[in-house]
Amino acid sequence: MVDLLSVLVIDENRLRASVIEAGLLDAGYKRVRLLHDMREIARTIEETRPDVIVIDIENPNRDMLESIFALTRTVRRPIAMFVDRSDQYAIEAAVDAGVSAYVVDGLKQERVKPIVDMAISRFKAFSRMAQDLEEARSELADRKIVDRAKGILMRSKGLSEDEAYRLLRNTAMNQNRKISDIAQSLVTASSLLDSEGETQ
Amino acid sequence: MKASDLFPIHAGFLPLLDSAILVTALERGFAREEGIDLHLARETSWANIRDRMAVGHFDVAHMLAPMPIAASLGLSQIPLNVIAPMALGLGGNAVTVSKSLHNAMVAANQGPLDSPLAAGSALNQTLKERIQTGERKPVFAVVHPYSGHNYELRYWLAANGIMPERDLDLVIVPPPLMSDALKAGTIDGFCVGEPWNSVAVAQDAGVIIATKSEIWRCSPEKVLGVSAQFADSHPEILGGLLRALVRAAIWCGDAGNHDDLATLLSQPHYINLDKMRLAPALSGQFPVVRGTPHHVEDFFLPFERAATFPWKSHALWFYSQMVRWGQVEWNAASLDKVSAAYRPDIYRGALKHMGLAIPAASSKVEGALERPTPVGSVQGTLLLGPDGFFDGQIFDPDEIENYIKAQAVD
Repeated sequence: MVDLLSVLVIDENRLRASVIEAGLLDAGYKRVRLLHDMREIARTIEETRPDVIVIDIENPNRDMLESIFALTRTVRRPIAMFVDRSDQYAIEAAVDAGVSAYVVDGLKQERVKPIVDMAISRFKAFSRMAQDLEEARSELADRKIVDRAKGILMRSKGLSEDEAYRLLRNTAMNQNRKISDIAQSLVTASSLLDSEGETQ
Repeated sequence: MKASDLFPIHAGFLPLLDSAILVTALERGFAREEGIDLHLARETSWANIRDRMAVGHFDVAHMLAPMPIAASLGLSQIPLNVIAPMALGLGGNAVTVSKSLHNAMVAANQGPLDSPLAAGSALNQTLKERIQTGERKPVFAVVHPYSGHNYELRYWLAANGIMPERDLDLVIVPPPLMSDALKAGTIDGFCVGEPWNSVAVAQDAGVIIATKSEIWRCSPEKVLGVSAQFADSHPEILGGLLRALVRAAIWCGDAGNHDDLATLLSQPHYINLDKMRLAPALSGQFPVVRGTPHHVEDFFLPFERAATFPWKSHALWFYSQMVRWGQVEWNAASLDKVSAAYRPDIYRGALKHMGLAIPAASSKVEGALERPTPVGSVQGTLLLGPDGFFDGQIFDPDEIENYIKAQAVD
């Protein structure tokens, strides 16, 4: 299916913008334009006359964007996304996902909804991706701190690596804390006490 | 009181000086004393404040004073049922122009720009010269179409014979980006709330040429927007919140607390700026206004002069300006809607046992007081004014139709 609606995606996060673009292209929307530089907003809208505008809600220029609609002299004036103003659920889903959309007045809801739904799902997927990345990063950081704590125990108590790990794990279990927290405490304490400057 | 016994209220705000009352209510414990667990969420646009209130994320919010009026007239991009039972202070804005425009104005004026009138006439002269030399129209920015900034800037321009749409371009720029836009030459001037004028001055990007308090002394700026649904379902809790905010406003108005307040607001999760940038607006001591150090009287009033009272005459003045600048058609039937967006009755009801002086009237003639004047109050003594417009005009809400006719723009 090819849909001729033109879609403008405004997102200063280039990675996320391209994720949305790919989704729209896959779904058959061939007229997708990305905009990262906010100084180009007015001109881009004038030139491309988008039917639908998708923007991330963290973008501080939303007020500017809405004022441009108010000034637009064309008949096809974009309005807030919610063609069917009673659709509270759609509004909530979009705000929760961190995206907002504006749609040219008079477009039928059936034609617009798939685009808005697509933007919402891609925004959600993107924030899941960002969260996964964050978790992976923090896992890596945890592993590093546990390695340093093991090193401290091996040197100061003459333990093997396995024994050092078991000591950390048992302490964590007894205190009902995470191993990485115990490791962090040990590294911090050691940096205060250690005259050899182990952790400086 | 245990945290679990507190009633949670979610509030949105933008990083501006006049978020001070909300921040203080949380940080100094005033909300907690009223049994409220106040959650503050910093937002990046007024559109977000509106949308997140519309979907129920926010019960209350820091709002531009004309926003509830625009919503009541159906001008909001999405429908929003919101009321303003309290104002969040008076004043707090200024008009800043780029250094090159300031230089041109000084040259055109052939003398010091010693008042907003002199500055306006110098700007008018500069614009005329620019038209002759064929330079592009200067671009001025405000933060939102339905904002005190937009109306006070236009008021000041028009009173100086400058017609915003004809003589210059007006655009919207978010407050934290104003100084950069001025520096980059994208805009030539702006009207914005503090601390963003002081930031432009500190970055050597611009010169403050008029303050809101000079254009209209003791004029309204932000309100506490309250979701009508929240106000209906929890009148007692809302009363508690208003008392907490009024105590916070009193604290903010005490000069002895200004250093602490600046420290508080400068934190990363609030305004996230050096506290030096917040000091001028709180003390009124500006390093530069129109080229010289300046003490600005009543620059920002958080509490004195009934600064938290939601005057219906303020709502009606905003409506007169919406009509004046073509945002909405004049309609006598709209006056009730406009009036109903501001709720002094809720304010009075909540504060009646606090022993504070509260205005007895809900509306007043704006611009009539030349000096601080005792006025009728529910209890105690209340001083209002001076509250003049810089051009000596008076707004009598009972004469609103004539006021609008007299201001008609061709």
